Amino acid sequence: MSALEPEAALPRQRIDIVPALLPFLVALLAAPLIGSTSTFLTLTVAGLAMGLMLFTMASGLTLVFGLMDVLNFGHGAFISVGAYVAALVFMPLAAWSQADSLSLNIAVILLSILAAGVVAGALGFVFERLLVRPVYRQHLKQILLTMGGLIVTEQLLYALFGPQTIALPLPTALRGAFVVGDAAVEKFRILAVVIGLVVFAGEALTLNYTKLGLLIRAGVENREMVEALGYRINRLFIGVFMAGSALAGLGGVLWALYREQVHASMGGDLMVLVFIVVIVGGLGSVFGCLVGASLVALIANYAGFLAPKFALVSNIALMVAVLLWRPRGLYPTGGR
Amino acid sequence: MSPLLSLEGVHTHIGRYHILQGVTFDVAEGRTTMLLGRNGAGKTTTLRTIIGLWRASTGAILLQGEPIGALPTPAIARPGLAYVPETMAVFSDLTVRENLILAARDGPLDEARLKWIFGFFPALRRFWLARAGTLSGGQKQMLSIARAIIEPRRLLLIDEPTKGLAPAIIGALIDCLKEIKRAGVTILLVEQNFRVAQEVGDDVRVMDNGRIVHSGPMAELAADTPLQNRLLGLSLDAHQ
Repeated sequence: MSALEPEAALPRQRIDIVPALLPFLVALLAAPLIGSTSTFLTLTVAGLAMGLMLFTMASGLTLVFGLMDVLNFGHGAFISVGAYVAALVFMPLAAWSQADSLSLNIAVILLSILAAGVVAGALGFVFERLLVRPVYRQHLKQILLTMGGLIVTEQLLYALFGPQTIALPLPTALRGAFVVGDAAVEKFRILAVVIGLVVFAGEALTLNYTKLGLLIRAGVENREMVEALGYRINRLFIGVFMAGSALAGLGGVLWALYREQVHASMGGDLMVLVFIVVIVGGLGSVFGCLVGASLVALIANYAGFLAPKFALVSNIALMVAVLLWRPRGLYPTGGR
Repeated sequence: MSPLLSLEGVHTHIGRYHILQGVTFDVAEGRTTMLLGRNGAGKTTTLRTIIGLWRASTGAILLQGEPIGALPTPAIARPGLAYVPETMAVFSDLTVRENLILAARDGPLDEARLKWIFGFFPALRRFWLARAGTLSGGQKQMLSIARAIIEPRRLLLIDEPTKGLAPAIIGALIDCLKEIKRAGVTILLVEQNFRVAQEVGDDVRVMDNGRIVHSGPMAELAADTPLQNRLLGLSLDAHQ
């Protein structure tokens, strides 16, 4: 028998399935209250699309929180920058975007995503070097400096592009909706769901099936021990920070296309939602982030339809409820 | 025998506290050196300072004559140092297998070495794919030590491996430590259990208030009860 082969039946691992079922439970509870199947389907797809866009923006932040113990209140800067980069890519490629060709439309979106990822990742490198590195393990200073970074970035965007909102119309083939029965499902939302799921699958595969992923998960839990094993965690920090920033840039592209407009403060405006997702999911947990983002978005959408006044506080109420149940979030990782 | 590791006048401050106050001792190559002392004497701080998790304010730490005190922790660990902390610090979110994959820095897991480790700690094979967080305290300690020896190392820094463990597990640990010794690995072992220290130690250093107050062969200290009582006092009564 190979040394690696377990000699006896392994004890079953306890899988904490309850939090993962919460989005389904929320949908099940909302369905009879909404009544109409078509409205329910429209709201659910819209919620999932919003949730996966939030996940894309928040998953980088949760790793930065978990691995580096850095409170990056400037994460929104990468979202805004990503959105502006998309606008810059769309301008010269307007012919592709307005062509009646799905492949050209998708190509311009993929180019935007690529460019936004590169630029936001590079900005993340600058952030880490200039703002975060001098204040590791000093949370108050991290908050102040990264907030400052967000404000400076927003003001630079205003200075470069002006204070006005820039329109970013969807590519031709992605406008409109698929009609399923009586329900209308917007085409772009389907694309956002697909991209969000691809991002999640990529992160899950990297974290679970590569040594780099093992190092990140181990580093989230105990940075000192990873260093004592001989790994340079500082390089890992920079890499994760840049990857997290690039994901925020990608989220910025999706959000800008979803809203069909770009403005400098959009990243800052989204940070409250992004933080709620990260806290609800549990610091450092990518899967928790996915569950948290789905919950936040679904509840916001259902509440917006059923009780619009409650929608204003639905996310805070969700966060309070989750923290009362699980004070470290749905899927806490490591000691934080 | 030439020292593999030397500490010369090492002082370590943690915040406002002056913990190590001029620690000087050698660890001879191929031998097991016990670091004993009362709680709070500075034993854990000494290990953490050697591996670079805390920085010495002054003094020199030499590995085969080369200064390592200013190096970052990964650069200290890379030439063949392994650290087993008192808290075990297994990665609880990772499986036993994944913990060992990470510890094997230079390539895939060596099956022959794994078999050797499973010989001491069969539980690790049984829980191979279980998350480390689900293991018992003793099993976590086994994993922590297995992680340190999954590849050949020159020096093991082990902090109180028997703390809180059942006698049967302590026996397996002693067997493992003796086998590691036979393989020629140098060990610096912090231990409160004097029986374990007697069984595996070749040399002993006793610390008190951040200084080395006694150095010599382990057998000498083991044979001198008044000296044991004077140096280790309550700590010996509590853990013998």
